Amino acid sequence: MKLVEVLGTGCAKCVKTAESIERVASELGVDVKVVKETDPARIMEYQVMSTPGVAVDGKVVHSGSIPHREQIVSWLQG
Amino acid sequence: MLEIFTLLANWLSYDVIGLSPDTRLGASVHFFIEDTTKILFLLVAMIYVIALIRASLNLERVRAYIQRRNRFAGYLFGSGFGAITPFCSCSSIPLFLGFTSAGIPLGITMAFLFTSPIINEVAVIMLWGLLGWKFTLAYVVVGMAVGMIGGLLLDTLRGERWLKDFAAKAYQKAAAEVEAGTGTIEVPDAPRLTFSERHQFAKQELAEIVGRIWKWVLIGVGLGAALHGFVPDNWFAANLGSGQWWNVPAAVVAGLPLYSNATGVIPVMESLIMKGLPVGTTLAFCMSTVAASFPEFVMLKQVMTFRLLLLIFVILLANFMVVGWVINLVGPWLMVGH
Repeated sequence: MKLVEVLGTGCAKCVKTAESIERVASELGVDVKVVKETDPARIMEYQVMSTPGVAVDGKVVHSGSIPHREQIVSWLQG
Repeated sequence: MLEIFTLLANWLSYDVIGLSPDTRLGASVHFFIEDTTKILFLLVAMIYVIALIRASLNLERVRAYIQRRNRFAGYLFGSGFGAITPFCSCSSIPLFLGFTSAGIPLGITMAFLFTSPIINEVAVIMLWGLLGWKFTLAYVVVGMAVGMIGGLLLDTLRGERWLKDFAAKAYQKAAAEVEAGTGTIEVPDAPRLTFSERHQFAKQELAEIVGRIWKWVLIGVGLGAALHGFVPDNWFAANLGSGQWWNVPAAVVAGLPLYSNATGVIPVMESLIMKGLPVGTTLAFCMSTVAASFPEFVMLKQVMTFRLLLLIFVILLANFMVVGWVINLVGPWLMVGH
């Protein structure tokens, strides 16, 4: 199972990001756990400066915007 | 070229709606139509062009640039990049920590965060269109000065002592590494973008920014229009005295509980100035409304102790007052040629 963390201090875009990842995952039938990480100290450890950021299994794959559908598909299937 | 919007407003308010320019309502409606059409036109055109140019500017590169400067150039760069770098206010905290954990001094990071809400392309475009280039220039200089002086004071008072623990530790570790010459961040290469990628970015920026601010433009211009039509000329001079010293602190205090972004407050500034409120007093009011906002302070509470927040608050207020007094002294020059 993949662990997807959405990094952000609670902005509207972070919520949308988490929702769209969950939606794409259920469409593809991929088993994921999506967590919203709002702790500033954790976000700092990931060195993400523009939110929302996305980390898959502990590795940052994206930051600064709501990801496109194709990007999400590639993380989930990669 | 911008006269076309005056003509459009003349035609719509006097000929189509049939109002008289001598009535209060007529003056208000004319102001509203002229300013909303002009501002929205300028915004759409300019945001797109500016976004094309800055598509390859990202926070990681900005951070690396700032980290390489010595302290004093650092305040200038911090404040300057704060003005031109696009970022959402909900990213303040990750940005703050990203800078801090790269060993960038607190004052330089705060110079970035102080200046950022005051100066942005939307504010500059609106000021230019409404109040002329001299005023725009003064606004930019003042906004950067507030950031740089605020940052310098914070570092002089060693504000980093009052960061929350985890942030203070990350800063000390990185600052020691930078000092030893091992922790410098390489400037990442500018992403090479094709024109169509830039166009794509600019289109998204345009939709995002206009979607976010159009209602502020309407509210701001609406308030400005109401002031314009219904407050008699020179009302401020008659009731507040023109430019007595206590006007400036009064304006700063009045601006505090109000929270607006620059977009909403600039049309109001235009009206206030036209009604005879001194320029420095108006600017002090505007800065206080835009730059000292409670939502921002609540966010910063996650990484700062109460003491540091209080210090920042006091520094900001003092800065706004100094700005008001200084600009009131040079104010008459600013409005020449408007």
